[in-house]
Amino acid sequence: MTEILIKNGHITDPLQGIDAVGCVLITGGKIGKISVGADSINVSNPAISVVNATELFVFPGFVDMHTHLREPGFEYKETIRTGTLAAAKGGFTSVCSMPNTKPVNDNETVTEFIVRKAMMEGYCDVFPIGAITKGQEGKELAEMGMMKTAGCVGFSDDGKPVVNSLIMRRALEYSKVFSSPVISHAEDAFLSEGGVMNEGYLSTILGLRGIPAEAEIIMIKRDIDLAALTGGRLHVAHVSTAGGVRAIREAKKDGIKVTAETCPHYFSITEDAVNGYNTNGKVNPPLRTQKDVEAVREGLNDDTIDAIATDHAPHHRDDKMCEFDRAAFGISGFETAFSLSIRLVHDGVLTLSRLIRKMTCEPAAILSIDKGTLREGGDGDIVVVDMEATFTVESERFLSKGKNTPFSGWQLKGQPVLTINRGRVTYDNFTGRL
Amino acid sequence: MRKHLIDIKSTSVEDIKLVLETASSFKDVLSRDIKKVPALRGKTAVNLFFEPSTRTKTSFELAEKRLSTDVINFAVPTSSVVKGETLYDTIKTIESYGVDFIIIRHQSSGVPHFITSFSQASVINAGDGINEHPTQALLDAFTLIEKKGTVEGLKIAVVGDIFHSRVARSNIFCLRKLGAEVRIVAPNTLVPKGIENEGVQIYNNLEDGISDVDAVMMLRIQNERQSGGFLSSKDEYFRFWGLTSKRLKNAKPDCIVMHPGPMNRGVEIDSEVADSAQSVIHAQVINGLAVRMAVLYLLSTA
Repeated sequence: MTEILIKNGHITDPLQGIDAVGCVLITGGKIGKISVGADSINVSNPAISVVNATELFVFPGFVDMHTHLREPGFEYKETIRTGTLAAAKGGFTSVCSMPNTKPVNDNETVTEFIVRKAMMEGYCDVFPIGAITKGQEGKELAEMGMMKTAGCVGFSDDGKPVVNSLIMRRALEYSKVFSSPVISHAEDAFLSEGGVMNEGYLSTILGLRGIPAEAEIIMIKRDIDLAALTGGRLHVAHVSTAGGVRAIREAKKDGIKVTAETCPHYFSITEDAVNGYNTNGKVNPPLRTQKDVEAVREGLNDDTIDAIATDHAPHHRDDKMCEFDRAAFGISGFETAFSLSIRLVHDGVLTLSRLIRKMTCEPAAILSIDKGTLREGGDGDIVVVDMEATFTVESERFLSKGKNTPFSGWQLKGQPVLTINRGRVTYDNFTGRL
Repeated sequence: MRKHLIDIKSTSVEDIKLVLETASSFKDVLSRDIKKVPALRGKTAVNLFFEPSTRTKTSFELAEKRLSTDVINFAVPTSSVVKGETLYDTIKTIESYGVDFIIIRHQSSGVPHFITSFSQASVINAGDGINEHPTQALLDAFTLIEKKGTVEGLKIAVVGDIFHSRVARSNIFCLRKLGAEVRIVAPNTLVPKGIENEGVQIYNNLEDGISDVDAVMMLRIQNERQSGGFLSSKDEYFRFWGLTSKRLKNAKPDCIVMHPGPMNRGVEIDSEVADSAQSVIHAQVINGLAVRMAVLYLLSTA
């Protein structure tokens, strides 16, 4: 395995409190040494690759706790190989794959398949999320213990919210045994029925069925109450509403074990993105209003929202090139996530260190995985970022099979240029320097 | 005039007025012995109806024939759509025949807009989901002008299932653009969110809503779309929101009653009103023909 020395980059590792120019040496796939100061590590061995990261930033590899790799079952949309390739381009070294595959990841056989396939073909570490209930049907608990043993790091019925409060209660109780969070896709399915975008004036004007913000808020509140009842660990996925942020903030104040994530699209754009029936703006939960965007940003700022995840949801062209109400929900998110998120720093919502925290050690902590830091002896997962690089989003050039993004044509600043996973270079746009 | 007519919300007042003026000359054509003109000879129109429709489809087809257009009717239940073909492929296939107009009705809102993104033909929306039905609004405006001289300054009540009605949406946009005062009258479950931003007043009470109005536009209660708990029963609906002669007395004495059809007698409208002298429902039908001829003609010159 190649040894790599990354020299003189601006290292930001929130968990270790490092925020300075320094050097990182990767040996045997692990972080061999990290030290602050220019030229603080020097090597004479010509077999060691030296990366001159002067004027670049060096972060722990990003951890994405909410993605869809589509394999098994929907390989025409994405595979573990193409998905993790796109993830590597986005600076991710660990991703969690949601269970809505075919078959559903509700048993250890499917979990093992995903883990093994990722080991063979993947460009980053893949941590599966198992289903809460068998077949994501919301009726019987899935075999959480066996799935945990096989590699699952959390449980979620993903796009199929657990409607039955008793089953959700049981899931929160039962998962405690395995120290795993239950991840809630908070949506009251009765209230959102038939909806394809945010409910409001715009949905009325477009003649599209709306999903009220309350569909999310009511379910977040229910799940918070069930977390309080059971003492289970609740994680709320992709928070999109002001009311949802408020409910989580209150729950945290009350000492309830709840964590939350949001996605770049919920703090970057509003429902206006679907105007003109743009199916690339169709996502679940739907894009909301400016007031919600601001509340999500406030929630990130005051740590109500712990983590930033992509909800990377690649789809085939045919799934989006159709009638709006038939189009699939989702955005292909890996390859724009960091560049959209860094805008939070430019806008003064977060410091750089706090942003990196939400993309690395926070999600790792929620899932209890040993990732998200440049700790010596830990996995050699690193991303090098050029903060000054500006580029135009060209979805046709995505490495993901999913070209579905509402950000096509956007000018963004700040881009990963080198990603290393366990000491292996998984993405290199660093021509001439390595 | 632009190339397509996909909605009223993005159509300018000038274009609306142009259609209405042109329709007036076509209405003259319709009163002649020989009701056919060669205006669109050599052009081809395809009527693509993905939802059942009798009156709109017939009206478009006759309008096309009156203008000497070649007509293709696309019957969806027997088409390749049931074999799983995408809408994109269906349109591309039909377009290969060199059609000039695609007249489309579809159950999904936004489909006409979607087709304009890849089709060379002029697209006319004959009703999309719960979004718009622009030619209905134009024929309603034409009828109002015919009966009242103008739309500007009229007080008009649109009554019924506003939520599911593309006719209501197109009419609200059109009537507001032409300067009418528009009220909507419905139970709250059938009032779409934020509609007041379009400058309409909302009434839950029918007597109040139609008081002193110049025209009442009744909407069909769409039985097929009532599964979401919008209403308790047809009986209760008629009791509170059905238009009867007695209630109509609240309106101006010369108030006209409109309905896009088909009517549910005894649900949204009482037969006595539907067949009364104040009803202009049959005039709407003939005006629909003139308006659709005007739209086809104007789009062909765009």
